Amino acid sequence: MMDLIDDQAAPVVPSDPVLEVRDLRVWYGTERGPVRAVDGVSFDLHEGEILGVVGESGCGKSTLGRGLIGLLPDGSSRDGTLRFRGTDMLALRPKEQHAMRGRDLGMIFQEPLTRLNPLMRISEHFAETLKTHDRSISKAEIERRSLEALRVMGIPPTRYHAYPHEFSGGMRQRLMIALTLVLRPAFVVADEPTTALDVLVEAQIIRILHDLRTNYRTALLLITHNLGIVAEACDRVAVMYAGEIVEIGAAREVFSHPQHPYTRELLRSTISLSTTGLNYIDGAPPDLVEPPSGCHFHPRCPDAMKICAARHPVSRMHAGGSLASCWAADVRAGILATVPAAELEPLPREEIGVADEA
Amino acid sequence: MRGFLSTIWNTKGLARWILLGGAVVTVVFLVFALFAPWIAPFDFNQTRDASGAKFPKLQSPSSAHWLGTNDQFFDIFSRVVWGARTALEVVVISVLVAALIGLPLGLVSGFVGGWVDRVLVFVMDALYTIPSLLLAIIFAFLLRDALGGSIVAVALALAAIYVPQYYRVVRSTTVSARESTYIEAARAIGAKPTTIIRKYLFGNVVQSVPVIGTLNAADALGTLAALGFLGLGIQPTEASEWGYDLSRALDDAQAGVWWPALWPGLAIILLITALTLVGEGLNETLNPALRRRRLLPVRFPARAAPQDPPEIAETAK
Amino acid sequence: MPTKPDQGARTPAARAENVLDVNDLAVHFQLQGGALSRLLGLKSRSVKAVDGVTLTLRRGEVLGLVGESGSGKTTLGRALLGLVPATGGSITYHGRERGDRLVSQMRGAELRRLRTDLQMVFQDPHAALNPSMTMEVAIGHPLVIHGIASGAELRQRVEEALERVGLSPVERFLGKYPSDLSGGQKQRAVIARAIILQPEVLVADEPVSMLDMSVRAKILQLMLDLKRDLGLTYVYITHDLATAKYFCDRIAIMYLGRVVEIGATDEIFAHPRHPYTKALLKAIPEPDPDKQVPRDLPRGEIPDAAEPPLGCAFHPRCPEAVAGCGWESRDLRALLEEHWTRKVEAYDDELELIGDLDGLSTPSTTAKLGSGGAGAVRALLDRIRTESPDEPLWRGVTGIDPAGNGVEVHFRPADAPALRRAGSVDVACVLYPEVPGAGS
Repeated sequence: MMDLIDDQAAPVVPSDPVLEVRDLRVWYGTERGPVRAVDGVSFDLHEGEILGVVGESGCGKSTLGRGLIGLLPDGSSRDGTLRFRGTDMLALRPKEQHAMRGRDLGMIFQEPLTRLNPLMRISEHFAETLKTHDRSISKAEIERRSLEALRVMGIPPTRYHAYPHEFSGGMRQRLMIALTLVLRPAFVVADEPTTALDVLVEAQIIRILHDLRTNYRTALLLITHNLGIVAEACDRVAVMYAGEIVEIGAAREVFSHPQHPYTRELLRSTISLSTTGLNYIDGAPPDLVEPPSGCHFHPRCPDAMKICAARHPVSRMHAGGSLASCWAADVRAGILATVPAAELEPLPREEIGVADEA
Repeated sequence: MRGFLSTIWNTKGLARWILLGGAVVTVVFLVFALFAPWIAPFDFNQTRDASGAKFPKLQSPSSAHWLGTNDQFFDIFSRVVWGARTALEVVVISVLVAALIGLPLGLVSGFVGGWVDRVLVFVMDALYTIPSLLLAIIFAFLLRDALGGSIVAVALALAAIYVPQYYRVVRSTTVSARESTYIEAARAIGAKPTTIIRKYLFGNVVQSVPVIGTLNAADALGTLAALGFLGLGIQPTEASEWGYDLSRALDDAQAGVWWPALWPGLAIILLITALTLVGEGLNETLNPALRRRRLLPVRFPARAAPQDPPEIAETAK
Repeated sequence: MPTKPDQGARTPAARAENVLDVNDLAVHFQLQGGALSRLLGLKSRSVKAVDGVTLTLRRGEVLGLVGESGSGKTTLGRALLGLVPATGGSITYHGRERGDRLVSQMRGAELRRLRTDLQMVFQDPHAALNPSMTMEVAIGHPLVIHGIASGAELRQRVEEALERVGLSPVERFLGKYPSDLSGGQKQRAVIARAIILQPEVLVADEPVSMLDMSVRAKILQLMLDLKRDLGLTYVYITHDLATAKYFCDRIAIMYLGRVVEIGATDEIFAHPRHPYTKALLKAIPEPDPDKQVPRDLPRGEIPDAAEPPLGCAFHPRCPEAVAGCGWESRDLRALLEEHWTRKVEAYDDELELIGDLDGLSTPSTTAKLGSGGAGAVRALLDRIRTESPDEPLWRGVTGIDPAGNGVEVHFRPADAPALRRAGSVDVACVLYPEVPGAGS
């Protein structure tokens, strides 16, 4: 990842990752049984790196983001290993986890207005945020740090004492990012930060997020349904399906040589300026209480083989360096030589009608 | 009402118990009311037994009169059971009438807006500012000439108190629903304003009514008892009424005769509490902002053994 | 593989036939002021949601109305159906059966009857369906309302409509409530309700933007199929240029209530002329691994429609702005704020020199500012100018005169540019002036 870090920054020693996630599970309890919203996810995230997380709605993207920060609703549980700069977060007491939020772990939400107190001036928001984590901070220091954060986000100092409702949608999102970054967290989750914004403003925000690595050296997990944003702004991309990362690798590699059929179909179904025909993935993401057997994608997969319905694929490194969990990709790579040929026959496709559409 | 019962069943914790507890007590009184002729040993205004012998006055509880008799020679148990029927009749009529008037007014006022809305809001607010008991007394006086001290007269007097409540709630939900996309969609398919009100607004606005209904029922019961206590309610010859019995019993209670006051008083308190519990329980269950679903703890199964069969693992370099 | 409908198939005769003619349409909303201003009887402000739009909808085409939120595209779409009243101009509907009718003057029953010919598909399918109606009732309701069908015939036509939008087996969907269906299914139901009256025109307001990306293409394909099978004409409202490019025959780019560029889709995407169109095209995030984060994009956001910029509404954000774009006092304020954003350390001192900024908030071609002496203010402005000499605002300045303790900056007044012919499209931009003798 070294070459992706902006060369204006200090020379980077190949360091330990900011975030180490190993076999993370985040499940919700319901009467029907646990919802396996995130089910065995592993990846590393380094300083100044942007990892995009893509997938359809209901594939566990948002749960993953919240699970990493620890902002989960009642009735959910985490399991596995989640190391932030070497500390196992899941072993910490709730109070210690809480103290890390904001200071070390930041979160940027989709709807900025709901996160700002309409009765508090922007300056008061900054003061409160900074004081929560450092009681002894001086007034001058608060102003210096706040104005600096606003400057990076392109918000004029004339607006420092304004109220949230006096800002436009894009300004509010920048404000939210400034409030998150004023504490200089090492790791930030941005959950669909531009979905509510217009195209031009979206592009401005994406540029700001993309520049975070130079300005703050933040490690960023960018959750989005927009593949275009990932292609433009992210170093690496993780494709999620049914609570699992089915493919992860350098964004350029994953987009130009997708290994997993889900990644491929997702790219094909995206309507872009170069679209000449409409493609789509039949069916809908599965119920995460009882996901399909074997590979969770097999009922919708155009490449499904008999083995896909029977056995869960293993995550393997492929040429180009991306990791994918897919039997078909393994066959292409010639690493399933000893599997009986009968297992590799195409799986008879069940009819998927509109009745199961997303 | 679709999914109504399952929503209630899936409610978590306190709300569910509040609802259940309130419902059980309410059902007991409902049974009293519906089957009064079979449950009560005597009529509500009966002072002599089958043989023609007059009941004793202010007799303490005995085998003949389980809860004793009061100063008017009535059997107290029978009066309490019949009183449940009176309470039910009054509450049902008043709540129904109030809803039947308040709901359409709120719908029209909220949907049409303009001067209709302003006039109605003014009238309803004016009514709302008058203390409810005072309003009930005024209406009871006004209706007395026309209807006498009958159950209907008292029920209508009570209904007058609650019309503004239904009006307000229905109007505010209508005002917010009016701006929703499905109302615009209804306009886009060419629906007339009356069709929009009947088919699109009503069904979605009416959902707030059961909650106010039960809460009003509890309040109506208290006001009914208060009217009876003041002698402005139902005439004792018309029906048995707890509030009236309570007021008659107070003098004797100071002389140590406690039973004529205890039982009607207890009935009033129990039923009001039960109805309030049902109302609050319904509110917490049906109001999505207050509702909490039952959550089950997650237990992670042990990690599955590597699913990779050995022969594949080996070939995978 | 589904393909784009053949555009060459339309005959010249069909091309000439218009379904809707919109002429100088205006939709202005009166803003309700706060309680205080109403008590004091202050004049309420008005928002020009649509302001002087002229366009035609040709029979059988897909016309895209593209713009950001606040561009007036949704209001224009609603006005076409008479869902919002026009406050100026006219909309004429050339019905196949009942001849020409003025939508902009219809009221009550006449307007309701129009809905059998013009229908709408909404952005949020969940909100567009009555939560307490089953699919059977909801989809059949238009027929009931207009007294077209009842009983067995009603049910049969509902089943046909469900079948047509792909909600089959129909038995599975007839008794369903909106909350039982997925997003894509709900949008199919909304489309079924719209086509059951066999309308001529369908106004689709962002029909796929709330759907998951895996079903967007399916719904667009369904709409193309319906258009082919039922001979529909579409108005497709969207902020998404990528779907517009695929879906539309012609596109109108809207900005702050006006059409800034209109023409054939292919031409607009191949040779965008208006700087706003160019910016939109550049800003679309493309899933192309070679594309970089775009950096030379317009600053700021779409302005308040209650007080639009003087001159061309896009000029404060325009990367190609020139002297005659309509520069004014608020632009000067934005320039100062931008300067202070870059130089936070100078903010306190310079603000003292400039004084109150609120005077610059009233739109005017004469901006009076400064409280620290004319010379000092002038020097500050010159310093800011040398910092970024390419800033287009300076081109519009005709003079800076001392006035009291500060200065008066004069700008060149300008009107909003009108739509003018440029090549095969129409553009509203001062960079494309009227060509004498070019014809229209």
